[in-house]
Amino acid sequence: MIGVRLEARAAPARWFNLAVAPIAIAVTFVLTMGFVLAAGASPLEAYDTFIVEPLTSRYTGLEVLVAATPLLFTGAAVAIAFRAGYWNIGAEGQLLVGAIAAAWAGTVVEDLPRVLAIATMAGLGALGGAVWALGPALMRVYLGVDEVVTTLLLNPVALLIVTGLLNGPWRNPETHFPESERISANAEFPQILSDSRVHLGFVIALAIIVAAWFVLARTATGLRLRAIGLSPEGARFAGIGVERLLLQAALVSGAIAGVAGASEVAGISYQLTDGISSGFGYTGIVVATLGGLTMPGVVIAALFLGDLVVGADSAGFELGVPSQLADIVKGVLLLVLIALLVFRHYRVSLRRAQGRGRS
Amino acid sequence: MTAGGATPPAVQLCGITKRFGAVVANDGVDLVVERGEVHALLGENGAGKTTLMRILYGLTRPDAGRIVIDGRPVAIHSPKDAIAAGIGMVTQHFALVKPMTVAENVILGATGGVRVKLDDAARKVAEAAERFGIRADPYARVADLSVGEQQRVEILKALYRNCRVLILDEPTAVLVPQEVEALFAALRRLRDDGIAIVFISHKLYEVREISTRVTVLRRGAVVGTRRIADADDRELASLMVGRPTLAVRRTESGSAGEVVLRVDGLSVGSRGGLEALRNVSFAVRRGEILGVAGVSGNGQTELVDVLCGMLRPAAGRIEVDGVDVTGSSPAEVVAAGVGRIPEDRHAAVVSDLTVAQNLALEHLDGFRRALQLDDRRLRRHAEELISRFTIKAGPDDAARTLSGGNLQKLVLARVLSREPKVIVVSQPTRGLDVAATEYVHGELLAQRERGAGVLLVSEDLDELLALADRLVVLYEGRIVGEMPAAEADPERLGLLMAGLAEGMAA
Repeated sequence: MIGVRLEARAAPARWFNLAVAPIAIAVTFVLTMGFVLAAGASPLEAYDTFIVEPLTSRYTGLEVLVAATPLLFTGAAVAIAFRAGYWNIGAEGQLLVGAIAAAWAGTVVEDLPRVLAIATMAGLGALGGAVWALGPALMRVYLGVDEVVTTLLLNPVALLIVTGLLNGPWRNPETHFPESERISANAEFPQILSDSRVHLGFVIALAIIVAAWFVLARTATGLRLRAIGLSPEGARFAGIGVERLLLQAALVSGAIAGVAGASEVAGISYQLTDGISSGFGYTGIVVATLGGLTMPGVVIAALFLGDLVVGADSAGFELGVPSQLADIVKGVLLLVLIALLVFRHYRVSLRRAQGRGRS
Repeated sequence: MTAGGATPPAVQLCGITKRFGAVVANDGVDLVVERGEVHALLGENGAGKTTLMRILYGLTRPDAGRIVIDGRPVAIHSPKDAIAAGIGMVTQHFALVKPMTVAENVILGATGGVRVKLDDAARKVAEAAERFGIRADPYARVADLSVGEQQRVEILKALYRNCRVLILDEPTAVLVPQEVEALFAALRRLRDDGIAIVFISHKLYEVREISTRVTVLRRGAVVGTRRIADADDRELASLMVGRPTLAVRRTESGSAGEVVLRVDGLSVGSRGGLEALRNVSFAVRRGEILGVAGVSGNGQTELVDVLCGMLRPAAGRIEVDGVDVTGSSPAEVVAAGVGRIPEDRHAAVVSDLTVAQNLALEHLDGFRRALQLDDRRLRRHAEELISRFTIKAGPDDAARTLSGGNLQKLVLARVLSREPKVIVVSQPTRGLDVAATEYVHGELLAQRERGAGVLLVSEDLDELLALADRLVVLYEGRIVGEMPAAEADPERLGLLMAGLAEGMAA
């Protein structure tokens, strides 16, 4: 009999780091094939529609950037927190509170010059996200409460606040739909390309990612942040204020997620709706992990997932497969990726199993 | 001991070779361990003793070589294979589940079938206690046991799995003298029972006391195997080190200056209401080494933690060069001029960062160019310290890859290059080989010459007597004796450390 065994490696193989993403994608396609077949489509055709087709026309290509915009924010937010060893699972809630703050700001800035109005939108979005991140961060730093639980549990709370507002005080007075008043025109993020929905939020996201990359990779603060994530004890001994830095990382992470909310309100829907986020905060965790917690990785992963989202939409009406298929692919992708990251520390060997009963 | 011929040796290693990058940890090592012998592996740190035994136990894969157990070649890919081949290993870091009982730990991983036979395990533990003198209460929680008792549980675990070859990696490093005696007694009984024991050590007198034969490793290669009865200490030492050793000793000088570290009425609470430190007061002068003697667990860890800013005292005052640093953070303590070399070297570094980054971690702001971290300066700084402190590593190597001695040099380099006024140093040579120990001692004496005040906490009396100008003895959190080193002798210190001369000294 042939047995399969896992053996620990002293250090992860170097080639593996480069190969992780392609391998993950290939394995995911094999694993999700069954779902595609069940939906009544041919797998190859479906993957062609999912991945390749969005990139073949100008319109869908730019739609990929639109879909990637919130993921760039949330991916960066999650990656920064994870790097510091702060497991922020609450980007979704932080995004929603940022969206609430921005939607409110959008109704009160009509007299401001356009630049200031837009800055106020983004700023209040950031503030909203940071406020939502503050409670779990303080509880983690001063009381030792696990932030995975607290940040996660605050996500539905934020969503309830959104629906509560939209069905109560903020219900649209004209349409009576559960959606807020339209933000004033000077607060809208301008489109940056003609006849496409790509808006200022995309540029802001890239700017934040460049800044985050610079801080993480090139500055003393970034090195300290990585140090507290890798070994809080060693960092504390070296005189780094671990608690303070952790708090800062959590707040910055929340703020960036909050800007994502502002960007969706000001660049896409121009009002608050209860569908303002289609799980962007959660997908941000996928993006950050897929991107290896590095900023260039986050960009690539966000674009790839944006591609999937657009592809899933067109697959819906072209092949008649449900667009939820994209969520399945996304979920499987994350699981495969995590499995591969564990595998990285092992080697797989095939060998003949030893006979039983003899020792 | 079995003579060769009829019975094959318990373990035969042939041509074991293992490289880590450019470093050859084991270079074609041949080793034969007979049944019923204690075979010592003697060598400096980094000589490849632990790597060789990790290979035998399946924790590390060799690049080349064969393993033969009881005359049969076996493939050992994991500890599971090793256990199946009758090999047990007690590593320096125990693999025990602390909230579980001794019996639970012993059967953990050795449970056949569905039912857990706890009573069976408890009986076997009691049996082993009877037969080998390895005493342990099967129903005690491991978390409540001393380090020595935990080590016994590790040995029991190996015996429970019917090991015929028992590897002990520097088992005495964590033990107090009485526990060492008990361990040796147990090992002798195991040996007489026919178990082959591999005993890793770099302490000659221990090797002489316990082993039947000794194999000396140097730089990954076997430089000789001797019957212990036929070998003399000088020969073994020179085999091990490759050159004659010179003991470092402080120069007599009464030129201690003004007080640079003053500790007054320091108390530290601890769990269970017992105070870890009770009203401790002392002063260290410039150009003086104050030694703190004591059996571990008598407040040394807490004393060092408080002085390093890692723990807040319940009462008392700490002054560094006239500045009150009571309850300061680590950064403030460093800023006040304290250099800290802690007991646990691994906890003092961020092991996934590089050597260069770790060397600069305490004062990163000194390496800034505008907003950026100046990588070239970081590197130059690292290269300078690497050559000055002869650290065997490159600036870009992860700290994780360094051996114990090199890691200690890294910590020393980080601290001493900043010329601190006060140096708080704890167990600086624990687990280090002769050459690295000498190096550390030389550096500490150089700091004393420079005019630093050094607080040296150590369990090694020889180290304290060789280096310290004055000694205090900690017992149950209190200072029970103080004397100039010239008036100290091991007997008197031993009595104080054992708490026997308490009334007389206080």
